[in-house]
Formats: sequence, C-alpha cells, structure tokens
Amino acid sequence: MTARAVAKATPEPHHNRHSAPQSFWRKYVFSVDHKVIGKQYLALGLFMALVGGFTAYLIRWQLAWPETEVPGWSYVEPDFYNTMVTMHGTIMVFFVAMPILLGAFGNFLIPLMVGAPDMAFPRLNMMSFWTIFTASCVLMASFFVPGGAAAAGWTGYAPLSADPVYTGVDWGQNLWILALALEFSSFLMGGVNFMTTAINMRAPGLSLFRLPLFVWMQMTAAVLFMLSVGPLIAGAVMLLLDRTAGTGFFLPARGGDPLLWQHLFWFFGHPEVYVVLLPGFGAILEILPVFARKPIFGYRAIVYSTIAAGALSFIVWAHHMFISGIDARLAIPFSVTTILISVPFAIMIFSMIATLWGGSLRFPTPMLFALGALATFLIGGVTGIFLGSAAVDIFMHDTYFVVAHFHFTLFPSALLGGFAAIYYWYPKMFGRMLDETLGKLHFWITIVAFNCVFIPLFLVGMGGHMRRIYNPLQYDFLKPMQPIHEFATIAAIVLLLGQIPLIVNFFWSLAFGRRAADNPWQANTLEWATTSPPPHENFAAVPTVYRDAYEYSLPGNATDWLPQHVPGPALKAQEQAA
Amino acid sequence: MLRWFPENISTYGGDIDAVFSLIYYIVGVWFLLAEGALFFFVFRYRRRAGRAAAYVRGERFSELAWVLVPAVIVLALDFGIEAAGGPVWARVKEDVPEHALRVNVRAQQFNWNFIYPGPDGQFDSADDVTLENELHVPAGRDVEVRLESKDVIHSFFIPNVRLKQDILPGRTIRAWFNATKPGRYELPCAELCGFGHYNMRGFLTVHSADEYERWLQEQWPAAAATAALPAS
Ligand code: HEM
Ligand SMILES: [Cu+2]
Ligand SMILES: [Cu+2]
Repeated sequence: MTARAVAKATPEPHHNRHSAPQSFWRKYVFSVDHKVIGKQYLALGLFMALVGGFTAYLIRWQLAWPETEVPGWSYVEPDFYNTMVTMHGTIMVFFVAMPILLGAFGNFLIPLMVGAPDMAFPRLNMMSFWTIFTASCVLMASFFVPGGAAAAGWTGYAPLSADPVYTGVDWGQNLWILALALEFSSFLMGGVNFMTTAINMRAPGLSLFRLPLFVWMQMTAAVLFMLSVGPLIAGAVMLLLDRTAGTGFFLPARGGDPLLWQHLFWFFGHPEVYVVLLPGFGAILEILPVFARKPIFGYRAIVYSTIAAGALSFIVWAHHMFISGIDARLAIPFSVTTILISVPFAIMIFSMIATLWGGSLRFPTPMLFALGALATFLIGGVTGIFLGSAAVDIFMHDTYFVVAHFHFTLFPSALLGGFAAIYYWYPKMFGRMLDETLGKLHFWITIVAFNCVFIPLFLVGMGGHMRRIYNPLQYDFLKPMQPIHEFATIAAIVLLLGQIPLIVNFFWSLAFGRRAADNPWQANTLEWATTSPPPHENFAAVPTVYRDAYEYSLPGNATDWLPQHVPGPALKAQEQAA
Repeated sequence: MLRWFPENISTYGGDIDAVFSLIYYIVGVWFLLAEGALFFFVFRYRRRAGRAAAYVRGERFSELAWVLVPAVIVLALDFGIEAAGGPVWARVKEDVPEHALRVNVRAQQFNWNFIYPGPDGQFDSADDVTLENELHVPAGRDVEVRLESKDVIHSFFIPNVRLKQDILPGRTIRAWFNATKPGRYELPCAELCGFGHYNMRGFLTVHSADEYERWLQEQWPAAAATAALPAS
C-alpha cells in the first residue's frame, strides 16, 4: 500500500468535521482535539513538576541540615522522608516526564508532523488524558489518608511494599498501586494512538524515512512502553492482592519470592528509562538542524540506532539486580548487554554533534536548552558505564553515584529537553512568542544550578554514601561529606527558584507576547505548514510531502530552508519508493 | 578522584577500585573529546555574515565513518572493560572460598544480628553467641557470611571492604571477604528497609589473629568456655 492509500483507509475518520460551534466543555475540557489534549497534558505535567520539585526541596533540606525545621514546612520525620523519596521518584518519572514529553508534545505534534487532522482515535485520546488526570488525583489523595502516602521507594520493592506492617503505610501504598495502574492504562491508550497515527495517517509522500525523528522517537517509545508494561501491570495486581487479599506472591512467609517483583519491575523499568529518554532526544533532534541550518547528520543511522537501543533495552533489566541475590553467574551476560547499549547511544550522540559541524549556528533559547541537554546527557551516558560493569556496581549500587547518574540521564531528557520543546513549539501551541531575555535567564540559572546540584553527588557516591538515607550524620564516614550536601542543597534551591522566569514568561507571553508567525524559526517539518496556532482540523488541505524533513542549506536553493510540503526538487529518488 | 573512596581494607577491594579507574580513564578521554568537539563546534560555527552552512547529510558511508568508526572503538573498549571486570566479579561473588571462618548474619528491621558458634564449634546449638550490630573478624583470614533476613530486604554493605550484598527473606545468601587491616569500620544497610533504615548501623571490628581468639573466648558463656579451654 502506498502512503496515500493508507491515509485514505484511516480507521476512524474525524467525526467532528462539522464546524458547528462547540460548547465550552466540549472545546476546552472534554475536548477530543489532540492539540487541546496536548495542552492539558502540559498543564498537568508542569503542575506535578511543582509538587515533585517541592518534595525534592524537602529531601534536600533534610540531607543538608538534618532534623532542622524546613522553612515553609515543619520537621521531616524518618517515615515522612521515605514517603518524600518515594513520591518524588514516582511523580517525576510517571507524572512529570511522561505527561510532558509524551503526553503534551507527542499528542500535540504527531498529527501535525505527519500532516493528519487529528489522532487516529480522538475519543480514546481524550479518555487517556482523563485517566491520567484521575491517576494524579488518586496519587495526590494518598497524601491525606491515614498512615500517609507510599513509602517503599518508587521501585516498590517487596516485601517492604507488600505488607503494611513493614512501613506503617496502609492505604497510601494501595492508592500508589492504583495510581500507577491508571497511569499505565492511560499511556497504553496513548501508545495505541501514537503508533496508529504515525503509521496510518501520514500525508501523501511522507514515507517512513521522511518522518521527523521526533515521530520516530515517540513511536519507538510507545512500542517499548506497550511491550514492557504488561508484566508490571500483572505485578501490580499481585502486589495489591498480597496487601489486601492475603495472597503471598512476594512474601516468603506465604511461599512467595521477593525477587519476582524485582524482575517484573525492572523488565519494565529499564525500557521505561528509554520511554522517557527518547522523546527528549526527539525534541533535541528537531531543534539542532533548524538552528544549525543543516540536515541532521546520519538520519538513518539514528533511526536504526534507536530501534537497536530499544530492542537491547529488553535484555538488560538484571543490571539493576546484580547484587540482589540472583545467581551470580547471570551478572556477566547482563553486564555485556548493558554496556553494548552504549554503542547505539554513542552513534546518536556523535550524530548530534556532527550535525553542528560546518553549520551556521544561532542560539535562541530552544537551541540553548537543546545544546545544554546534549552536553549534560553526556555525563549521564558515560557514568552509566561504571554501573554497567558488575564488579564496580558492587560498590556503587544504591549509593549517591546512582542518584547522580540517573538525574544526569533523566533531567536532561525530561526537563531540559522538555524546556527546549516548550520554547521551540510554544509559538505553534499558543500563537505567541516567548520572551527571549527571560528564556535565557531561565536557561543559564537552570543549567548552572543543575550541574552544581548533581556533580558533587558523584563524589559523595564514590565516598560510599548510601541513597535514601534520612540522616547522614548517623555515620562517621559520611560526616566529612556534609559540606557537599549543604552546597548541593543551596544549588537545588537556586534551581527551583530559577524556574520562576519560565512561569512568568509562560503566562505573561500568553497574554502580551509578540504574535508568532506561522513558521517563526523557518523550519521544514509539517507542523509549521499550518497557522499558529493551528485550526481545529490542523490543515486547510492535506499537505503533500515532497522530500526529507531536514533539507537546510541545500545547494542551488534560493533560501537556506525548503519545507517538506513545498513542491520543488524531489530529493533522493530512492526514498520515494520507501 | 579515587581519593574519594573510603580506604580499602580487603584483599579484593583494590581490584574493584582498579576496574573503576580503568573505566574512569577510558570514559574520561571520550567525555573530554565529545564535550570538546561540542564546545568547539558551537564556538567555531556560530553564525557569521557571508558564511553558509555546509549541506552534509551524513548518509554516504565516507561521511558516516566519522560516527561509525568512533562507535566501533567504543565497542572495542566496552569489551575491554568487560574483560577487566568479569574476573573481579567472579572472584568477589562467584568463588566463595572453602574453609573460611563462618559467621551467620540475621538482618531485621533495624538491626544486624551476628551469630557465632560457641565453644562446640557448631551453629544452631545452645551455646551460639549472638551479637547485636557487632561483627568481629581476624585480619588476613577469609570470612564467610551467611546472610538471612527476618522480614524485608536488607543490604549488607561494608564500604571499606567493597562488599555489598542484598539479603532476601526466605533464602540464605553466601558472601565473603578477607579484611587485612585491624580497626573498626561502619557497616550500614544499603537497601531501603523501612523508617529506621538510615539507622541500621553495625560495626565491623578487624582484630589481629591472637587478639581475635582472646576476644572470641570472652564472648563465650563462662561455663562452656572453661569446659572448652583445655581442648584448645
Ligand atoms: C528539581 C531537581 C531535582 C532535585 C533537587 C532532585 C533531588 C533528588 C534527591 C536528593 C534524591 C535522592 C534522595 C535519596 O536517595 O535520599 C532524588 C531521587 C530521585 N529522583 Fe530526583 N531530583 C530532581 C529532579 C528529578 C527529575 C527531573 C527526575 C526524573 C525525571 C527525578 C527522579 C528521581 C528518582 C527516580 C529518584 C529515586 C527515588 C528513590 O530512590 O526511590 N528527580 N532526587
Ligand atoms: Cu536499566
Ligand atoms: Cu536494613
């Protein structure tokens, strides 16, 4: 089937083609328009980021000045500290990173980038948002039930999580399981939509190898999520049964095995890291060529590397379990597969850097954030090699080295990539430009403070500092490192305050920002081929695609850009066939 | 960098630190090269009047070699790292020495219990000696710890020895070490095990060989100890 035929055979052609005025509720609340849904996800993700940031503040304060009163709060008790660590991880991964990167930008951009009028299943899409909204409410409610919210770590290791006697948390932990289960079903609905839309609803001429890399990354992330989440949902049901129905899947006293939970969790958990990572990469990959005015370097190599990394991610889960008590002979195979993943990631990173080579670079805020994400992700990438080596992991596992490492992978993709995306696509989303001065201020505070928070934590980790430790002053060997905690906490406070320029910018520009042109960055991909913001059905007429997504500075062309939908030289004959 | 590590006092800890250093130097060079290229390009290719961007797609093999050749080198170095790390892992985790001095460890929220056989030399007999949060071993001898947990997962961690091993309720896990330097070292729990996790603090005391014998006999219940003495 040609792409054109596929587009015609679209499963669920947009039902609301009628242009009758819609009620307020239909238009802004229970909307089926992917653009509105994308914005709803963005609002939810940014709100939850504030909650997640506040938990980080409480954690960091307690670490720097143990058992002193936290300004704006009160004392943090040991059990509440465990709750904070648990909720921080849960919120940041599942309720900030995923809603912003996949929910907001995946929803907003995939139909626009493939030239479709909406997602393949708009109602399902609406339901997926309201499901995660419910999940967030359940999660927030868990703070207010007797016993407090979950406290067994965001990984929920059994038996700690499987029986209330161990944590003192009863309903909070049940609600945590329920919230995660709802969140997963939300992203399952989203994933179906992403894949169907990206594959079946492409505009005529938009072959798979002409897709913007952002779409490839979102598709791969959706596939990874869908293939990995099943076992964890099963695990969540078993955990809930252990807690409430007296089963013993994970409780040795009732014949179960705690390791089973870890296998189920990490079989999902590692691919999940890429679910968060890849869309952030996708945003960076869209932004670099536009502001370098160059084609992306090695498009196909990046696509194949992404798929390879995705496939490998399913056979590395036990690297989180080297010293968990699995058979020691399993460690080396898992260590090898883990370290192998560095190769596709090296290809992606080298390609990003090579894209800059010979460019004509300009540095508006989106580009700064994209470059900042790339520069800091490198630290996350290389430090993963230490943890992938089973021998070194004996010492490093469950120390602050791990904490620093995963923040250097997740923060650049989820937050720096997310910010890059906000600055870059805001004009398309809201029809206004963000203020550049505030944007640059936001960038510099964020990037400097972020490094000041987490680079020192590598050193603390090498000193053997355990993670999830309420009061480090209990240990003589940790006491000399206390000044580092104080430094990191001050930096963390700066980092949190540094988000104020973004908040101000976001709302101020919404009302008073300069009106955005349809294509303010002179970019080639299809989302810029419609108005800013796009009308209800996205495109006045279905665009036809004539070439690859990144044809910048093409020799012989009058301008240094050539949008995908503008007729002209069809480049690379071989690709029309694909 | 390595000075951040706690002092190593075990026979195999140095090997682990050496693998760390090896990786450190390898990825350190790569990191500096990649970061250097990034900053250099950002500076060198910033927009200037009259200079257009190059049209390079990186699809031809000759161009892509700039990415693929370094990636192949990365692959080769990865295997080097594995080759260095594998035997160290095997030594620490797979090959528990026979005839080691044995101590049973029973972890619980939020305490370490260390169990020594009494004068009869047998575990699980009436004269067993249980110490809370105090593990004593002689220097220069292989020590096997048999790890068990009463309730949740704990993790047996001795930073100075470079040993860490999770303890799963429902199983007995064997681990070992050989501490070379007498002294007193902290022994935290490295796996979140409840609200008192941060306070699950034990001590490893390494004695010289004779001092250890003397210490051991002091622990024995008085009657049993005298009965056993003539034999020794
Ligand atoms: C505002 C910046 C942030 C700060 C200051 C911060 C701080 C911290 C600290 C201090 C811990 C470790 C606590 C401990 O081990 O005792 C932690 C854990 C964690 N953080 Fe963050 N964090 C930030 C942002 C993020 C982001 C953006 C993500 C993910 C997208 C994230 C994910 C996690 C996870 C998964 C854990 C592990 C929780 C656990 O051990 O159960 N954090 N964070
Ligand atoms: Cu992993
Ligand atoms: Cu413990």
